[in-house]
Amino acid sequence: MTTAQPAAPAGPALVGPWASRLREALPSVAVFVGVLLAWEFSLRILGVQQFLLPRPSVILAAMVDQQADLSRGAVYTATEALGGLVIGSFLGICAAFATARWVSAREALLPVAIVANSIPIIALAPITNIWFGSDNPMSRMAIVAVMVFFPLMINTTRGLVEVDPAALELMDANAASTWQVIRKVRVPNALPFVFTAFKVATTISVIGAVVGEYFGGPQYALGVYITSEAYVFRYMNAWAAILIASAMGIIFYLAVSGLERLLLPWHSSRRQPAG
Amino acid sequence: MTEIRSSATQPAGTGAAPARSDAQPVVEISGAGKIFGSGPTAVHALQGIDLSIRAREFVSLIGPSGCGKSTLLRLIGDLIPASIGSVKVNGKPARQARMGREYGIVFQAPVLFEWRTIDRNVELPLEISGRPAAERRERALEMLRLVELEEFAKKYPWQLSGGMQQRVAIARALVIDPKLLLMDEPFGALDEMTRERMNSELMSIWRRTHTTVVFVTHSIPEAVFLSTRVVVMSARPGRVTSVIDVDLPQPRTFETRESERYFELVTAVREALHQRDLDAPGARESNGDAARIRAEGYA
Repeated sequence: MTTAQPAAPAGPALVGPWASRLREALPSVAVFVGVLLAWEFSLRILGVQQFLLPRPSVILAAMVDQQADLSRGAVYTATEALGGLVIGSFLGICAAFATARWVSAREALLPVAIVANSIPIIALAPITNIWFGSDNPMSRMAIVAVMVFFPLMINTTRGLVEVDPAALELMDANAASTWQVIRKVRVPNALPFVFTAFKVATTISVIGAVVGEYFGGPQYALGVYITSEAYVFRYMNAWAAILIASAMGIIFYLAVSGLERLLLPWHSSRRQPAG
Repeated sequence: MTEIRSSATQPAGTGAAPARSDAQPVVEISGAGKIFGSGPTAVHALQGIDLSIRAREFVSLIGPSGCGKSTLLRLIGDLIPASIGSVKVNGKPARQARMGREYGIVFQAPVLFEWRTIDRNVELPLEISGRPAAERRERALEMLRLVELEEFAKKYPWQLSGGMQQRVAIARALVIDPKLLLMDEPFGALDEMTRERMNSELMSIWRRTHTTVVFVTHSIPEAVFLSTRVVVMSARPGRVTSVIDVDLPQPRTFETRESERYFELVTAVREALHQRDLDAPGARESNGDAARIRAEGYA
C-alpha cells in the first residue's frame, strides 16, 4: 500500500491534464445545466404556451422522436458548412498571401475586402440557388465561402504583415531569403491571427448554411426543416433542429480551439503563471 | 565564405583556434555618411565617419541619443546602406560580408521567436544558412553552455527572464562563430544589477570566443568596463568626436570597476561626451574630421 503513487491518473482525485481541463470546463457546464433547469421549471411554473417556447424536456423528446430526419439533416448541413468553410478559408488565406507579398495587391484588394465584408452576403442566397440549383449543396457552400473569406483574408494579412521589424532585421542580418522570411517569421506570426479568424468563421459557417437553407434545399436540411416544421406549428421539432445547429457550431468551434492548442503550444493564451 | 563555414564547426574559444589574419582590419569605414530623406527635410544622421577596427578589439560606440551610433552599427551590418563613403567588413564591402553571413548581431530587445523553443531560436542562423540538423543541434547546445543556459534548451522564451533572453540572443549571434559581433544597446533594457552581471558574462564570453565586438551603448561605465576602445560620438550631424583607448588590464573583473584607472577613464569619456573640445587624458582627436565638420558650420 505504501508503494501506491500519490497521484495515480486513474484515481478519483482531479489530477492530470484531462482532469484539469475538466475542472476548467466545470463552471461553464454548471451554468449550462443551471440554465436548462431554470428554463424547464420556470416555463412549468409560469405556464407558458408550448408554441411560444417549448420546455427542454419536450425538445429532447422531439429530438429522439425525429432522430432519423434530424441526423440526416445535420450531416447535410454540416457538410455544407464545412465545405464552404474549407473553400472560403483556402481562398481567403491565398488572397492574404498575395496581398502580403505584393504591396500593390494590398493597396488594391484590402479596401475592397473591407467594404465587401460589410455586405450582407446571406442576402445572396436566392441568387446562388439560381446559379447552382436549390437542391445543390454548392448553393450554401458558395454563401458560406464568401462569408468566411473576408475575416480569414483580413486577419491572415494582418498576421503576415504585422511582424516585429527587429525580427526582419535579424533575418536580414543572416542573409535570409524572402521565402525563409515567409516560412520562419511571417507564417508562424500569422498563425494566431488565422486561428482567431477561424473561430469566428466556424460560427459564421453554420449561420450561413442554415439561413441559406431557409431559401431552399432538400426537405431534411436543417434550415428547410426548421421553416417547414414551424410552418405547421410543430415548434418542438423546429427547436430540436435549432439546438442541433447550435451544437454543430459549438463542436466546430471546440475543434478549432483544440487544433490551436495542439499547433500553438507557445501561444500566450496557454501561459500559466510562473512557478 | 568557405573559411567561415569550416571554422563554424570548430569548438569556439579553444587555444587551437585558427589564426586569423590580424593585419587586415575587421571593420574599415572611410568617409562614410548617412542622409535620411532628401531636400530641405534631409537629416544628416552620420557624416565623415572614419573608423578602423582591428581583430579582437572590443569597440564601444557611445554618444547622446540621435548621434547615429545605432545607424553606424547598421551601416557596418549593411542593414541600411551608407549614403556616401565606404564600409568594409573583413576586407569586403559590407553587403558582401552580410550575404556571406560573416557577423552576428544582438539588438536591444532579445527578438526571440516566441513559437520556437530556446534551442531552436539559437539554431535559427544555422537553419537559414542550411546547415544539417545534427550540426545545428550540437552547435546550439554548445552556445547555450557558453551562456550557461543549457538546462533551458526546451523552454519557450516567455519562460525566461529578460537577462536570460538576452543571453539566448547572444548565443544565437555567436552560433555561426562570427569574426564580428555587433551589439546594439543589448543591455539597455535591463536593470543596473543585471546589466553589470551581463557585462561580466559578456567579457568572459568575449575572452573565450576571440570575436571582434562593436558595442553600442549610452552607458559610460559600461563602455569603459567592456571596451578596448571607446568611440565618442556627437549628434546633428552624427560624427566621431574622440576615440579613447581603454588600457585597463584583462581580464576585466569585479575589481576592475573599483580601480583608480577605471574611474579616470570614466571621467575621460564623460568629459569627451560633454566637452568635446577638452583634451581629456587618454583621449585624442579622431583625425580632424570633427573639427572640419564643425568649421563647415553644420547646426
